[in-house]
Amino acid sequence: MGSRKIRVLIAKPGLDGHDRGAKVVARGLRDAGMEVIYTGLRQTPEEIVRAAMQEDVDMIGLSILSGAHMSVCKRILELMDQHQFHVPIFVGGIIPADDGEQLMKMGIAAVFGPGTPISDIVSKVEEIVGQKVSE
Amino acid sequence: MESDKSDRLVSSQKSAQLDGLLERLRKGDQIALAKAISLFENDPELIFYLQGELQEILAQSKSHIVGVTGSPGAGKSTLTDAYVSILRREGKRVGIIAVDPSSPFTGGALLGDRIRMKRHFSDDGVFIRSMGSRGNVGGLNDSVFGVIMLYKLYGFDYIIIETVGAGQSEVDIAYVADTVVLVLSPSSGDEIQLMKAGIMEIADVFVVNKADMDGAELLKMNLETVLNFSEVQKPIVMSVATSGRGIDELYQQIEKHRIHLYETGEISQRASRRMKKHAETILDNRIQSILQCVDSNDVNVMVNAVLDEICKSRFGGL
Repeated sequence: MGSRKIRVLIAKPGLDGHDRGAKVVARGLRDAGMEVIYTGLRQTPEEIVRAAMQEDVDMIGLSILSGAHMSVCKRILELMDQHQFHVPIFVGGIIPADDGEQLMKMGIAAVFGPGTPISDIVSKVEEIVGQKVSE
Repeated sequence: MESDKSDRLVSSQKSAQLDGLLERLRKGDQIALAKAISLFENDPELIFYLQGELQEILAQSKSHIVGVTGSPGAGKSTLTDAYVSILRREGKRVGIIAVDPSSPFTGGALLGDRIRMKRHFSDDGVFIRSMGSRGNVGGLNDSVFGVIMLYKLYGFDYIIIETVGAGQSEVDIAYVADTVVLVLSPSSGDEIQLMKAGIMEIADVFVVNKADMDGAELLKMNLETVLNFSEVQKPIVMSVATSGRGIDELYQQIEKHRIHLYETGEISQRASRRMKKHAETILDNRIQSILQCVDSNDVNVMVNAVLDEICKSRFGGL
């Protein structure tokens, strides 16, 4: 009781229907002792930002396989500015290397490609949130 | 000890932060509400900080607290989603607390109730907060009481609490809600299941969800038979949450119960029941922390010694 938990929102923006990756990551973060809010398929950037605000998460993970990662991330970052609400974002999915660099420049905290071990994602989230999960 | 309670609990820095958040949330700032919830969730004793004018507001509040409980997969979230649509149509503002289980091993949790409530994500009049049960075994989370207070300060007309998937004995919601809705679905057992003590006793409104499935009528009949034994006539609503069938009736029945509570004065009994339960959770946590700090080693050694002794006695011929 009482100890602070890392809370992460896992969201799938856009229209692609493959959420296996998002579910695997959600499950992995759960097993690492985090509280994971999973919002399901086909979320708009506005819905994602609102959910993150209400849930007061420490980080947002976006799973994007549709190729729309640049525009989706840009829109989400804009909305965060608009609401004056900022939390770090990581992106997973099929992201070309050049785009990955671009995303990091835009302000995305981390990009994970296919095959990234869950343990890498967990330690990156802990590092970015600035706190260890188990205390 | 009493006199320095609030000093002990809240540092001046934290209290300035809290003051700011409380002021903002009362003006309708959802980010402030969300941040205040996190503070209260991590330190349930912050409720002692709500004094003076805030206490007045809480005492005056008429926010109606609806508890939604039932077994996993019975349709609690989908039903809540459909019910919220009606409340919104009536112009009511709604705060939702959705509790899902925390892992007993890692403390982690997968909170998935939001998936069924997508319709309301971009509606300013609906606020959804997901919570892990964090060690509570009664189907809730110890900090729901604090969140209810924050929701009342924010000014929601209805507060809906969705419990973890509840089987038979997760009945804490009965001490928290003004109106308890129990969601049942077909093929969840025979009438003996309906006769057992526990969760069947706490409902104010029964819902047979998935009423388009085989066995729904039979369940309703069995339920009617069982309910005939009780003195108070409790309503049964047949619903199909995914299509919206029966949700209007659910809304009507909850309203009927709400009016009944005010007419009979039972609403204040429910409020004091809630307060007592809240006090108990605070007491439990205090005892836990006393045990932990007095001399944690001593306590652990003692407990382990007794455990060892019990196990070594090889009771039951093991």
